[in-house]
Amino acid sequence: MELIYGHPKSLKPIQTKYCPGCGHGVIHRLICEVIDELGVQDRSVIMNPVGCSIWADLYFDFDSVQVPHGRTPAGATAVKRMLPDHMVICYQGDGDLAAIGTAEIIHAANRGEKFTGIFVNNAIYGMTGGQMAPTTLVGQKATTAPYGRDPIEAGMGYPIRVCELLATLGGTKYLARGSVDSPANIRKTRQYIKKAFEAQLRGEGFGMVEILSPCPTNWQMKPGEAVDWVKSDMIPFYPLGEIKNSLEEAAK
Amino acid sequence: MADEKRLMKGNEAIAEAAIRAGCKAYFGYPITPQNELTAYMAKNMLDKKRIFIQAESEVAAINMVYGAAATGARTMTSSSSPGMSLKQEGISYACGADLPCVLVNVARSGPGLGGISPGQGDYFQSTRGGGHGDYYHIVLAPKSVQEAADLTYEAFDLADKWRMPAMILADGLIGQMMEGVVLPSARDPASLPKKAWAAGHRAGTSREANHITSCWLVPEELEQNNIKRYRRYDEVKRAEVRFEEVNTEKAELIFVAYGTSSRVCLGAVEMAKKLGIELGLFRPISLWPFPDKRLAELAAKGKKFLTVEMSMGQMVEDVRLAVNGKAEVLFYGRCGGVIPSEEEVLAEARRILGK
Repeated sequence: MELIYGHPKSLKPIQTKYCPGCGHGVIHRLICEVIDELGVQDRSVIMNPVGCSIWADLYFDFDSVQVPHGRTPAGATAVKRMLPDHMVICYQGDGDLAAIGTAEIIHAANRGEKFTGIFVNNAIYGMTGGQMAPTTLVGQKATTAPYGRDPIEAGMGYPIRVCELLATLGGTKYLARGSVDSPANIRKTRQYIKKAFEAQLRGEGFGMVEILSPCPTNWQMKPGEAVDWVKSDMIPFYPLGEIKNSLEEAAK
Repeated sequence: MADEKRLMKGNEAIAEAAIRAGCKAYFGYPITPQNELTAYMAKNMLDKKRIFIQAESEVAAINMVYGAAATGARTMTSSSSPGMSLKQEGISYACGADLPCVLVNVARSGPGLGGISPGQGDYFQSTRGGGHGDYYHIVLAPKSVQEAADLTYEAFDLADKWRMPAMILADGLIGQMMEGVVLPSARDPASLPKKAWAAGHRAGTSREANHITSCWLVPEELEQNNIKRYRRYDEVKRAEVRFEEVNTEKAELIFVAYGTSSRVCLGAVEMAKKLGIELGLFRPISLWPFPDKRLAELAAKGKKFLTVEMSMGQMVEDVRLAVNGKAEVLFYGRCGGVIPSEEEVLAEARRILGK
């Protein structure tokens, strides 16, 4: 009998510490499925950030480098420069990438660094317990925006669309936004990841896949409600699709 | 074969020594008075197909060093005082993850933006683990362009040997002045230590995945890691203490000074000799590990110490800890970028001795 679906080889067969309904587990799996498909497990390095996914090195069965909060793209820059034939994945959350690490992501992208960013956008700080993130939607509540994100009166600013921001930079080749709210979107997200990883193996950079992901615990919702909220509130503000694709013609 | 003697700026000699030591990746950000070092690296790393990046900040630069070190490569960053403050978070992580790398501080005067003239006010930050958490790293203080080159070259070996960052604490004078220097010969890349713990190159091996991290969320595990690291620190203290002594046996009063201020004190020792006054110089070369045992021995011989620094007094605390009340320890300092003169240092010594 042919096995058509199983546990990815490069994902350890253990239960994660992530909360029920969290998107990290699905995203970890997608990454590992693509890594297995490309046959690069033994030459992959994951840069795991500060945030809930600091635990990533427990689950991915390949080398990892854990970097200070927000500095993930700076670390990834050097790892990829030293290991140009390796698959270097820079895994970041929204606080890591779009707040404390804004300078690092913009400059790594602008230099056209040849690693792949996986940007998990759940519109909240998870690990620290639900503070406002740079991607928190207007009106969305957080422990540090208890009356909802108010860009004007309280001066909390507006949610940042990172892919669109990076698209203006000469060094960026591939920027896509997916979501893990439905099987259809999960499949599309997997395609984006595959395209970005293949581009990296060809030496094309910079590539990043942003993934809208539920955080039921800090959104104070049930897992099902959280998935619905990704659909009803996040996707309308963060449009899905390939935001920029300047890859070689054949790869498009 | 070593080279012939050539005339070089300290900043350039440090850069060339790093290249010869096998530095494969350099990351920097502009700051005075170390800019010649970064420019030299840009010119002489890129043409060798080694990695040079002008980072977007000192913060990014130290994290690039962290990334390169994580792959096992010899790597370096350089900066000056305010920039070194920015790097401290990354240095703490590098120490927590046991990553070897070389850090160069061509120090200026502070605090704050301070000035761009030479200073020694970064002693505490350098020798006490300037970032958060329990840690130390090796700190070497050159007094000349020659020693700056030699210690930089050696720092790469020490960093690899002990799996920790090694810092060169120079200052603006050492970085900017020109002196004759004989550079060490280039290391054969094949002779550099292999690093089985590094990330990457797993293919073809049967090893488990390597994880470079400073994160230990179980308190007992983190405690055990720290204890293990401190045992390594004890070994470093036994093996890597470096210092120089001048006329300490005859001297009644011994200057204790490092780097630029030790050059001034050496001049004062020579001037005193002509006046028939016996002064000595004790010059720590390794600031961490600090040469405390030898200072204690000299204290037991009834010597007096005058610590001279280009700061309001930082190393003087280590001298006092070393002699542990067994000898008088006095302090003379100039700061703000002022370099004390041989005459004023000698006058202070004579005032103390009443001669």
